[in-house]
Amino acid sequence: MSGSALDPKTAPVFPIAARTAMKDGQLRRNVRHATDVIQAKRARVVAEMPDWQELREAGKQIRQHTMENLDFYLEEFEANCTRAGGVVHWARDAAEARQIIVGLVKASGSDEVIKIKSMTTEEIQLNSALEAAGIHPYETDLAELIIQLGHDQPSHIVVPALHKNRQQIREIFQREMNLPKLGERPEDLADAARIFLREKFLRVKTGVSGANFLIAETGGVCIVESEGNGRMCLTLPETLIAVAGIDKVVPRFADLEVLFQLLPRSATGERMNPYNSIWTGVNAADGPRAFHVVLMDNARTEILADAEGRQTLNCIRCGACQNACPVYRQTGGHAYGSVYAGPIGAILTPQLQEMHHAQSLPYASSLCGACYEVCPVKINIPEVLIHLRNKVVKQNGPLNVEAFAMKMMGMIFLSEHRFRAAQRMGRMAEAPLVRRDEKGEGWIGWLPGMLGGWTKVRDLQEMPQETFRDWWKKRGTHGS
Amino acid sequence: MRVALFITCYNDTLFPDTGKAVVRVLERLGHTVEFPAGQTCCGQMHWNTGYQSEALPLVKRFVEQFRGAEAVVVPSSSCVAMMRDHYPKMAAEIGDAALIAEVSQLLPRVFEFSEFLIKRLGVEDVGASYPHRVTYHASCHGLRNLGLGDGPVRLLKAVRGIDLVELNALEQCCGFGGTFAVKNADVSSAMLEEKTGAVLATGARVCTACDNSCLMHIQGALHRQKTGVKTLHLAEILAAQEGAEL
Ligand code: SF4
Repeated sequence: MSGSALDPKTAPVFPIAARTAMKDGQLRRNVRHATDVIQAKRARVVAEMPDWQELREAGKQIRQHTMENLDFYLEEFEANCTRAGGVVHWARDAAEARQIIVGLVKASGSDEVIKIKSMTTEEIQLNSALEAAGIHPYETDLAELIIQLGHDQPSHIVVPALHKNRQQIREIFQREMNLPKLGERPEDLADAARIFLREKFLRVKTGVSGANFLIAETGGVCIVESEGNGRMCLTLPETLIAVAGIDKVVPRFADLEVLFQLLPRSATGERMNPYNSIWTGVNAADGPRAFHVVLMDNARTEILADAEGRQTLNCIRCGACQNACPVYRQTGGHAYGSVYAGPIGAILTPQLQEMHHAQSLPYASSLCGACYEVCPVKINIPEVLIHLRNKVVKQNGPLNVEAFAMKMMGMIFLSEHRFRAAQRMGRMAEAPLVRRDEKGEGWIGWLPGMLGGWTKVRDLQEMPQETFRDWWKKRGTHGS
Repeated sequence: MRVALFITCYNDTLFPDTGKAVVRVLERLGHTVEFPAGQTCCGQMHWNTGYQSEALPLVKRFVEQFRGAEAVVVPSSSCVAMMRDHYPKMAAEIGDAALIAEVSQLLPRVFEFSEFLIKRLGVEDVGASYPHRVTYHASCHGLRNLGLGDGPVRLLKAVRGIDLVELNALEQCCGFGGTFAVKNADVSSAMLEEKTGAVLATGARVCTACDNSCLMHIQGALHRQKTGVKTLHLAEILAAQEGAEL
């Protein structure tokens, strides 16, 4: 995968991109291994919690309540953040957010920034905007660092480099950090990254972060992480700029009690995140002198306005749905053509973008429900997928083969007589395609057109000569 | 009890033996089976593919056909999931008070076949005999939407002579997903490959499930690979008696 940004406007449709991704055996093995490991860990620590289902329900309630009163809590956050010495900026869309951030970095007098891993900055393609303005961004999260140095794109919202294995990471470090003799033990790689990053932490005066949660009650920005790089980025710079979607707000400090249990267990199978930082405004004695929060809409109010799609905004970006999804596990993240991959990407991306750029994503699911089962805030992803499919159907109108076929089938099912006739027609239509196997059973090994996808790896048994309803009718007459 | 059978459109057309088996089991247990002739399709395919306005009249039709039934039995977990998860919402969305009421009255009487035996009738041993090695695939809708749990396995365990072997990664989707198998044929095939691999690893001669749509998918690959392993709906195993052939 090249370094070009994952952009739904230019990405190929999912089935095509998936086919390309699935040709990469190494990638598939890496994704398989990583998701297996995380899933097993998650299952273990979730099983420890007797009240997991109640916690999920509590998480859902908190998020739902917030979304229903989002305007109120955003204003509360702004007031409290400002009172604590922070500066709140509002951005309508990605372009505005980029502009604000670039301006703030320039005003900070630095031409470099250290960054805490943030999907929001990926969503708005901040790094390339910074570079275009002559500002060099350094990712400090290990996985993001690997992605950045490898000129790659994240393929998972929690474990962005999950598609890379240790050897591949070592090669990237050897090349990009100029360390030809680098060993391949995890410690060696961690050491190399630590030395590489330490110098940036101590030198760079401006930090950019995302936010896991914005606390309305206190005006605090909460970041959870496991490497400590986030803590460094929060405390060392003189200027700190946090950018967050408006959906990240939670009402009260106490809500973290629930979310801090749900998030790490779902995300990485840890009981608690090693680092939970909450940054509230500025303090003369310590930390950044200037603290900015950019609150970005970028289509979120439109999602909010859609009663059925709204639950998408409850997402706390744990990535559990990605690990559980059998489709994601086959393809990895890049096939989704968006920084949000897997089930959450399949529902979020089409809503963040204009739908016609991501029409194939709501169909990138077998609706097996594994995502819904693991989602810590109980987002009914299959339900939203179906809702979005309906939008796609409406957008495409009636003038296509599928819509026509569906309409026909709908008509047929509305009359028993037509249904029987269609069953007979089906038998006639398939007859030329049926071949007998060694047992004398009729099978179809090739179907034309769109249906050919089926017969690539599967046969289809010929239709039986007698339908159930025929049998039932006969049986009635003969009374046996 | 008078049991109304909703056979489902694809069972009627493609798997009539499943319906016959359901009739045989229920009659053996002393119940009367009825078959409302005007029934066709529950609307799942339309609904799941995004064709909501085509699905809605099918919901109304289903309700009309079955409104008087004492119990409705459906040998398909995905069709029952469609009804339970979506009918009430669909009715509410169009704001049709009569339909909302009818749906809410009818749904508690609608059962997936294995669920009907266990939860409604309270039987596990239906007097079947099937002396062959069998493995059970838990279809996603049965597993997650209906919460069938180990019900189907308990029914199978009571079958005489059966050699029941557990399927590895039981909870994994087989990759069918209705139109998904066609729209995303490559991903679907890759998922299917894992499922058939697990089935073959059990050494079973037969793979069973509560949903013929998954089975049609699995069977298609097992036949293409010339494995000799076949698929059979749970009802057909429960209908089998002494001397049943593979
Ligand atoms: S949708 Fe649910 S499971 Fe998926 S990332 Fe969001 S919170 Fe986690």
